[in-house]
Amino acid sequence: MTSPYPILSILVIVMGALTIAASLIWLERRLLALWQDRYGPNRTGPFGLLQVVADAVKIFMKEDWVPPFVDKPVFILAPAIVFVTVLMSFAVMPVAPGLVVSDLNIGLLFFLGMSSLGVYSVVLAGWASDNKYAFIGGLRAAAQMLSYEVFMGLSLMGVVLLAGSFSLGDIVQAQSKLWFVIPQFPGFVLFLIAGFAETRRIPFDLPEAESELVAGYHSEYSGMKFGMFFVGEYMGVTLISAMIAVLFFGGWLGPILPGVVWFLLKTFLFIAFFILVRASLPRPRFDQLMSWSWKAILPLALANLLVTGAAVLLWR
Amino acid sequence: MLSLLRTIWYVFLHAFQKRVTVQYPEEKPYLAPRYRGRIILSRDPDGGERCVACNLCAIACPVDCIALQATEDENGRRYPEFFRINFSRCIFCGFCEEACPTYAIQLTPDFEMGDFDRQNLVYEKEDLLIDGPGKYPDYNFWRVAGVKIGGKDKGEADHETPPVDIHSLLP
Repeated sequence: MTSPYPILSILVIVMGALTIAASLIWLERRLLALWQDRYGPNRTGPFGLLQVVADAVKIFMKEDWVPPFVDKPVFILAPAIVFVTVLMSFAVMPVAPGLVVSDLNIGLLFFLGMSSLGVYSVVLAGWASDNKYAFIGGLRAAAQMLSYEVFMGLSLMGVVLLAGSFSLGDIVQAQSKLWFVIPQFPGFVLFLIAGFAETRRIPFDLPEAESELVAGYHSEYSGMKFGMFFVGEYMGVTLISAMIAVLFFGGWLGPILPGVVWFLLKTFLFIAFFILVRASLPRPRFDQLMSWSWKAILPLALANLLVTGAAVLLWR
Repeated sequence: MLSLLRTIWYVFLHAFQKRVTVQYPEEKPYLAPRYRGRIILSRDPDGGERCVACNLCAIACPVDCIALQATEDENGRRYPEFFRINFSRCIFCGFCEEACPTYAIQLTPDFEMGDFDRQNLVYEKEDLLIDGPGKYPDYNFWRVAGVKIGGKDKGEADHETPPVDIHSLLP
């Protein structure tokens, strides 16, 4: 069920993803302010919406300085990787019936593969910066994201078992009776945790941990290269939120309103949750992060997979 | 784990609480009468300058932002020839007001004096002098000071008795 107008849906999805990611700069500041009893940016334009434009202009005008000691090609490549991999993942995102760039039959695996490739950007950025803080950030990112990748995949296998397909479109269709969040609640929670780790958001922002590592892997970046990491992070948040909506909350399915609206509503709900968690939770120690991943969450994901598998086997 | 969820829930509840921000240019904050803002020079109830150019404020000033030059008029009243406050250095500590023996220099509840040009923040005496007596409406230094000036001899000040005539033997 690929789109009848492929070029148009590519444009819509790419522009939509970029617009949402850019407007998250504003949304995050406003929501954080709301939960901290402040106003946030409300001067530029209606509700401060033009803050996005102001920030974009500022970051374009900034000097894009490449320090003399860095590994130049890798240093320049790294911010592009995070952007490209996240944007590639949107290719398999079924926004609405027919509004998808390419509904691959291995869509979910493609998404997992792309998010694994995204690790490279952080590791290479930390490595190429030739700065000990950036390097520590890069190492942390590698360890953290590889650990959480493992059960990110495993937590989704329950969904795949229930839907009987790796295609995201089929997964959404399979939820027409019951959203997968109900039979797969443990999987949903585990995927949410893995999503936080994948997007390097608070509470799992150890690779950039301002209070410990300056800015972690992007300490040496400035100007639009820094902006790429920034927007890449917001794109990642959008991607994970959209994925949660598609995999566990029935994507475009919903009464009355058109599919796109339901999809966007669900996505924004989870984006807001990402921001709410940022407003409330502190950052764990790195060894705690690793031991949770391997000692608690991975066994839980395996147990969830086992139970789901058994249930599917009995039910069929 | 439960405490994490509770934390998230309590933070979420803050969405329904009143915001503490004061939207400044539209909504002015209350400034106490003794707020330490823009510095002024006040006048006597009769309209004369209170400042006697004693330099105590300039000495008390921790950032040396006050400059003045003392001079005397034909009546023997001391006054500043020029009086200059560099507000780009002033930290509004109020030490000058405390040091002033004549209540001439006073701080007011006004801080909206921003400027794009640093030079415009150097206030001269004309900018500083106001027409009223400020916080001390009845105080008149030259009326209570024992010092002799034109139009007021020794012993003619308020609450003052004429000086003892040391050459007289009368009690």
